Amino acid sequence: MRGATHARWAAGAVAVALAATACGGGSDSGGSGEAGIVSSSWGDPQNPLEPANTNEVQGGKVLDMVFRGLMRYDPETGEAQNMLAERIETQDSQNFTITLKEGWTFSNGEPVTAQSFVDAWNYGADVRNKQNNAPFFSDIVGYDDVHPASGDPTAKTMKGLVVKDARTFTVALDKKFSTWPDTLGYQAFSPLPKAFFTDHAAWLDKPVGNGPYTVDSYTKGTGMKLRRWDGYPGEDKAVNGGVDLKVYTDNNTAYTDLISGNLDLVDDIPAQQLKNVKNDLGDRYINQPALIMQTLTFPLYDPRWSKPGMEKVRRGISMAINRDEITRQIFRETRTPAKDWTSPALGEKGGFNPTLCGDACTYDPAAAKQLIQEGGGLPGGKVTLTSNVDTGSHRDWMDAVCNSINNALGEGPACTVNPVGTFADFRNQQSSYKLTGPFRSGWQADYPLIQNFLQPLYYTGASSNYGKFSDPQFDKLVDEANQEADPAQAVTKFQDAEKILAAQMPAIPLWYQNGSAGYAERLSDVALNQFSVPVYNRIKVS
Amino acid sequence: MPEPYDPLQPGDKEAIAPTGAGGPMDLAIEEAESLEKTLGDAPGPSGPGGKARSLWSDAWHQLRRNPVFVVSALLIAFLVVIAIWPQLIASGDPLKCDLSKSQEGSAPGHPFGYDTQGCDVYTRTVYGARASITVGVCATLGAALLGSLLGGLAGFFGGWGDATLSRVADIFFGIPVILGGLVFLSVVTSTTVWPVVGFIVLLGWPQIARIARGSVITAKQNDYVQAARALGAGNTRLLLRHVAPNAVAPVIVVATIALGTYIALEATLSFLGVGLRPPTVSWGIDISNAASQIRNAPHMLLWPAGALSITVLAFIMLGDAVRDALDPKLR
Amino acid sequence: MGRYVIRRLLQMIPVFIGSTFLIFIMVYALGDPVAALFGDKAPDPATAARIRKDLYLDRPLWEQYLHYMGQIFQGDFGTAFNGQPVTELMASAFPVTLRLTLVAITIEIVVGITLGVVSGLRRGRTIDTTLLVLTLVVISVPTFVTGYLLQYLLGVKWGWVRPTVSPDAPLNELILPGIVLALVSLAYVTRLSRTSIAENTKADYVRTAVAKGLPRRRVITRHLLRNSLIPVVTFIGTDIGALMGGAIVTERIFNIHGVGYQLYQGILRNNSPTVVGFVTILVIVFLLANLLVDLLYAVLDPRIRYA
Repeated sequence: MRGATHARWAAGAVAVALAATACGGGSDSGGSGEAGIVSSSWGDPQNPLEPANTNEVQGGKVLDMVFRGLMRYDPETGEAQNMLAERIETQDSQNFTITLKEGWTFSNGEPVTAQSFVDAWNYGADVRNKQNNAPFFSDIVGYDDVHPASGDPTAKTMKGLVVKDARTFTVALDKKFSTWPDTLGYQAFSPLPKAFFTDHAAWLDKPVGNGPYTVDSYTKGTGMKLRRWDGYPGEDKAVNGGVDLKVYTDNNTAYTDLISGNLDLVDDIPAQQLKNVKNDLGDRYINQPALIMQTLTFPLYDPRWSKPGMEKVRRGISMAINRDEITRQIFRETRTPAKDWTSPALGEKGGFNPTLCGDACTYDPAAAKQLIQEGGGLPGGKVTLTSNVDTGSHRDWMDAVCNSINNALGEGPACTVNPVGTFADFRNQQSSYKLTGPFRSGWQADYPLIQNFLQPLYYTGASSNYGKFSDPQFDKLVDEANQEADPAQAVTKFQDAEKILAAQMPAIPLWYQNGSAGYAERLSDVALNQFSVPVYNRIKVS
Repeated sequence: MPEPYDPLQPGDKEAIAPTGAGGPMDLAIEEAESLEKTLGDAPGPSGPGGKARSLWSDAWHQLRRNPVFVVSALLIAFLVVIAIWPQLIASGDPLKCDLSKSQEGSAPGHPFGYDTQGCDVYTRTVYGARASITVGVCATLGAALLGSLLGGLAGFFGGWGDATLSRVADIFFGIPVILGGLVFLSVVTSTTVWPVVGFIVLLGWPQIARIARGSVITAKQNDYVQAARALGAGNTRLLLRHVAPNAVAPVIVVATIALGTYIALEATLSFLGVGLRPPTVSWGIDISNAASQIRNAPHMLLWPAGALSITVLAFIMLGDAVRDALDPKLR
Repeated sequence: MGRYVIRRLLQMIPVFIGSTFLIFIMVYALGDPVAALFGDKAPDPATAARIRKDLYLDRPLWEQYLHYMGQIFQGDFGTAFNGQPVTELMASAFPVTLRLTLVAITIEIVVGITLGVVSGLRRGRTIDTTLLVLTLVVISVPTFVTGYLLQYLLGVKWGWVRPTVSPDAPLNELILPGIVLALVSLAYVTRLSRTSIAENTKADYVRTAVAKGLPRRRVITRHLLRNSLIPVVTFIGTDIGALMGGAIVTERIFNIHGVGYQLYQGILRNNSPTVVGFVTILVIVFLLANLLVDLLYAVLDPRIRYA
């Protein structure tokens, strides 16, 4: 029995060791209901919270509260308005002089000067800093010196940025770009305080900016407490005391916390709850257009899809998709059937045109079948849709689109889906041009300009032109539009270019994605901006 | 049916067991041999007509008269028939869907209602049997055979083989299902069920191996095993005749439940985009689609999950019956 | 005895190397993680190349692995893509998950074995059948559904418990998630102990104990149960893996920032430092757990000895 006794002791010791590591944990840290503070759902930002490195909504939320740039998009109309800029002047749509307003400081007291912008932009462009948004500075003269396509940079600053005095600097672009000032509302163009460069690690732990809120505390992976900055010099002061962002593992969990009173605001209603949202929230539910567009892009690098006559097949597939029914039954109206290649959030003045796609985006199974036959049929009699399925309800709509196509063609399962497990895998397949059938392309605009919906996606050789669409006429019209000094004329030119898309159908417009949100009874004046981010500074807490 | 002569069937262990509860039995060889003779001549406690039977034929004899076995065998036969010829009881096309009927309840001709895509739930449940039962049964058989073989040998012989096998199993336990699934099933691209089966076997065997190893370690301590060894029985004979039948119960229990969880695992894999793909229809796919709609359309979950329950029930009953038949004490 | 434990601990070294290498290859096989960092936009080639260089992703696999192992021996487990050191992630995730696992295992042991004993002693009676039906329900309804339903009913509708777990994850908030996590394993434990009990009720030592006139309670706990526990203990040992690494669904539903959640994030983003680091620690936990199980064999069955 001695052996057994020893074993018992040893077993006990291992158990204690395992248990000891498990202890710890502390007290419950509040909940919602703190006076004047909005608690809101959040996701872990993918990248460190540097303005030029943040390209997704979760990090963007924080930057929108902590930073103000030269321009700001009106949360209702999407129009670019001067924020820190007093004026932006140009004679030739290529060289710009920017003058700042007086009286702006960072929340640590440091004044916001022309240098704050120039330093920030140089930092963002420099390839050594590995900022995701570096290409936003690529129009500036000298970008290639700090961000060469290969090899080490030859300069630390861009020649095109020159500080004239504390409140003035000039920007030289490498080509004409008339609507360039309107892009400056994007967060990558935010100014940065000196502390960002002198003590970078400390800044990342607790970012300091010039917006209506200051960061009170930031626990990575758990949440962030933001508080109203009473010394904020701008007009859009926060009307609440602050915002507590809480990281949720899942948007459904956040929704559960909302309806059980532990959370004030959820800015992404999970698809499976959309049916109950009226019941649970009544009119405390927002569903409004955002600058997000979903398309099915054809692999035009594959001759089977790009040979002459296939434009009829591509058009036929588009007409075989019953967008109305899918957006109603699968998405519960949180998507709107697409009628062009932009977004209703642009407004008709900004270039949205609900008639541009016309019949090609209207469900007509008979015409669809005929067009596909005229064009020579589906390549190999089959079409396979590809998308990542790790987020969103991609699986559901892909099945629905395929069923719609199959029902229209009536030839059995001609359309099948190819779900890809991770976004990274999908992106790698997409960017190595391996896909042989239409694939999902989601596009969230960086700024409310029609240019951003067309040029990066369909211009020959453009960065996100994954289908390798190329049309000289389209390229020519886009170039002309960019040089056009009059914004209205520019929009018309862009729409002319867009008509080529309607004729060629390199990508099928599926639907416009809305922003959705739900909020607690104690909140009022809740709204989403075009980027489907809540306009926090306007939220009132009772 | 000729019955092989088996002088020391485990059914007789009660006769030997009380002799000692501690160390190995201290029997001289001659004594043991004479004991063997006596036992061999004595009628088996359960053998009708005084004929000695082998353990396995005894078990089969026992099984045929067990109503639990008969019911479960009939149920499984029915499920297999449905899996092979689903059109026998469902006339529709499982891939024919009408989105306008999304999530609607039952209607004439569509007793179970419609799923999110507007497909008929009844037809899909019937057609889903094939893929799900194939995955469940084949993966369980594979994992149980591989696991009990490796685990049984490791537990029986111990030593370095045991250490190596156990540590390999530890590594397998560490691989997260999702990572393994994404890697394995994105490398092996095939639209059949076999990659999924293979993956589940790969993932499932370590658990069964550990269970089998544990049972064998206990079983080999039993006095009748020590006695048989003292009587000069070889390792193969010891393992097959004396250890295996007494160690098999936990493996059967775990395997029958695992059958259900493997079918559910297939659902998880499908959900991740690496499992079975349309046009394959399976309960797993339908259950994972229905799971997120539980508040809106519970009927979507009820039927495929119910079919899964019945399948698991049939196999649990079968497992119980087989286990009872193998255990002479329960006769 | 002591030598046995030392030998087992030494075996951890090859397992550690083997598992890190295996996981490293698997994450490598998932493909290039850099492309996914840029969202819907195409990655800027120069920036992407620089990120790859800094993460050693432009080197051959074996060089990446050696570099990674070199860092580990200096206590550096690398960083997750949001810039957080992996050791920091582990320090926050493991305690939470260990607590959750302890809750689940306690439930499995207490409830599972009790139910198993009851139905094993009352084979074929109503209670046994009822438990069988409950087992079937638990197996065929996905965790997602049971978790969500329990959360909705207990947390939202009736308001008995907090529906989600706060960042500190105190034990009392982990009870409901623990139950959900334990459900499937509970089915295994109940059936396993039922079978063992049923098998052993006819064993001679039990008859002897009864014949000696020992009280029924003592017969069950000292004689019957102890000898029936080996398969159950083995199962629980293997289950620690499923509970700790595989709690992805439960952790998501109840907003628990534990190992499963972090692993899932790491896998989705192909972040090998996160995945390899977490899995390595998990493997060590299994090694310890299985050592514990093997030692328990000797406690439960004195005939089993280790040398």
